[in-house]
Amino acid sequence: MADNVIVADEGADLSRRKFLTNATIATAAVGAVFVAVPFVESWTPSERARALGAPTELDVSKIDPGQMTIITWRRQPIYVVRRTPEMVQHLQGHDGDLKDPGSKNSDQPAYATNVLRARKAEYLVLIGTCTHLGCLPKQRFEAASAEMGPSWPGGFFCPCHGSRFDLSGRVFNGSPASVNLRVPPYEYPNENTLRVGADEKGTA
Amino acid sequence: MAATNDAPPRKGFMGWLNKRLPVDDFVKSQATGYYAPKNFNFWYFFGFIAVVVLGMQLLTGIFLTMFYKPGELTSFDSVEYIMREVDHGWLIRYLHSTGASAFFIVIYLHMFRALLYGSYKAPRELLWIFGMLVYLALMAEAFMGYVLPWGNMSFWGAQVIVNLFGTIPAIGPPLVEWIRGDYGIADATLNRFFALHVVAIPLGLLLLVLLHLVALRTTGSNNPDGIEIKKNLGRDGHPIDGIPFHPYYTVKDTVGAGVFFILFSIIVFFLPTFGGLFLEGPNFEPANPMSTPEHIAPVWYFTPFYAILRAVPDQRMGALLMGIAVASFLFLPWLDRSPVKSMRYRGPISKVMLAVFVISFIALGYLGLQPAEGLYVMLARIFTVGYFAYFWLMPIYSRASFDAVKQVPERVVFHAH
Repeated sequence: MADNVIVADEGADLSRRKFLTNATIATAAVGAVFVAVPFVESWTPSERARALGAPTELDVSKIDPGQMTIITWRRQPIYVVRRTPEMVQHLQGHDGDLKDPGSKNSDQPAYATNVLRARKAEYLVLIGTCTHLGCLPKQRFEAASAEMGPSWPGGFFCPCHGSRFDLSGRVFNGSPASVNLRVPPYEYPNENTLRVGADEKGTA
Repeated sequence: MAATNDAPPRKGFMGWLNKRLPVDDFVKSQATGYYAPKNFNFWYFFGFIAVVVLGMQLLTGIFLTMFYKPGELTSFDSVEYIMREVDHGWLIRYLHSTGASAFFIVIYLHMFRALLYGSYKAPRELLWIFGMLVYLALMAEAFMGYVLPWGNMSFWGAQVIVNLFGTIPAIGPPLVEWIRGDYGIADATLNRFFALHVVAIPLGLLLLVLLHLVALRTTGSNNPDGIEIKKNLGRDGHPIDGIPFHPYYTVKDTVGAGVFFILFSIIVFFLPTFGGLFLEGPNFEPANPMSTPEHIAPVWYFTPFYAILRAVPDQRMGALLMGIAVASFLFLPWLDRSPVKSMRYRGPISKVMLAVFVISFIALGYLGLQPAEGLYVMLARIFTVGYFAYFWLMPIYSRASFDAVKQVPERVVFHAH
């Protein structure tokens, strides 16, 4: 018997040794998880990136009716469209062609869940990146244009993968995007000033 | 230790060295005493060529980092600096950028060889899986490398690919922000991609290639007949149908690498952008977050999967299907129920299905470069079905009861020349 025992193991309590080995491994594993935390967190947006992500303002009265202005907030293009009454009218009547007409599955603040998807009917504020894979949808505001077909009510067209949205940023059936264009948090601190990135809930 | 049975112990410097480092043992076990089947055809060049290309990418990559400056404001200019002002900088950069495409051409041919001769089947499942992990690491390496010049296609390609992670339920959006390190693709993203492209992934790649080779040395190579040469041993204990890897295949592979470099040089010197396939036009403009290129397409080696992504109307399903398309390769050893390895001895259905797969893969590659509209989407859907049918119907059509197999000979088919 004794021939088979490694000399160093003679008289050793092997179950005790096994327990100590497992306890050491377990402690090291926990330690490794703790050590991983700073490395993983180093990848989150830095203080500087967060500071540069502060709210941004725009004087909306300077936009011509029916035109769009693009500002940047958090490196994202923010589309601000001054909708004409006809444009607002064209938002009706095509609910059946939309994937999410009531904006139930889409990403927007509570005050933008209406058909207008805006606080004021006149001004549409959207994050201008396609909810499919982040390209910039192009403006196709003219209704029934030759390019978009006779039933086109005016809206946005993404050149990358062909997603189509109406003038509230609601996505049409048959688009690769499944949800409406996102609406950032915003507020009007006074009549003509739009502030993107902040609302009554605070700064995003 | 160093002494082998058939050779007396070495004297002098080599004797001294072998006592301290097993040089002779290593050469014998890996090359002069490693027996490979004698019936290899040209399909067996590509593993060796892939290693040569890997070496070339490491060499040219190291030199590019000497001149390249990662950063939103410096990346694009430093690449232009390499192209215009560094002596032979254009050559080093074109070797590297063409090398990336060449790597994928070689790897795709190498993978096709495995499909053709059943090289993934038992006992080579792990060898195949390590190879697939090399391929996955290569995809990550190539994607991040394409971001570094910070051209407009770099930027928008990164935008599209990183946003794919946003389709993962629940953790998607915070995960995307974590990958980017900012609220959009930014300086932070570029810098971490540089670190991964230049240090982390190459280290992983080298480790995986090593594991791939160790697994290969353990099972031995398959061959065009799909016969295990280890089953027929000669009196010397070596396979009758085997020849030592060195000098026979080292010499043969070197000639193959020579032919490869002739073709490679033609592209590097005369067609470095390869008509926009290897380097895309929009990437000669600096990154512009406010302007999407009219038409975003990844580099050609990703387009088959990109076409699958776009063929599905639902974005989450599209991303999922694209992931499955890549992962399907990993399951091949278990999907294939045929009693024989090589296509040479399989029935017509297996051959037709392999042809369907190759045609679908190439067609999807073409469609991924085209705009996602009308007929192109319809065709992409048809070829996506073809692509998946090859993998997931295999447990049925590969059975001998379904697709009659031919008698596999005892010895490999070989004509001395």
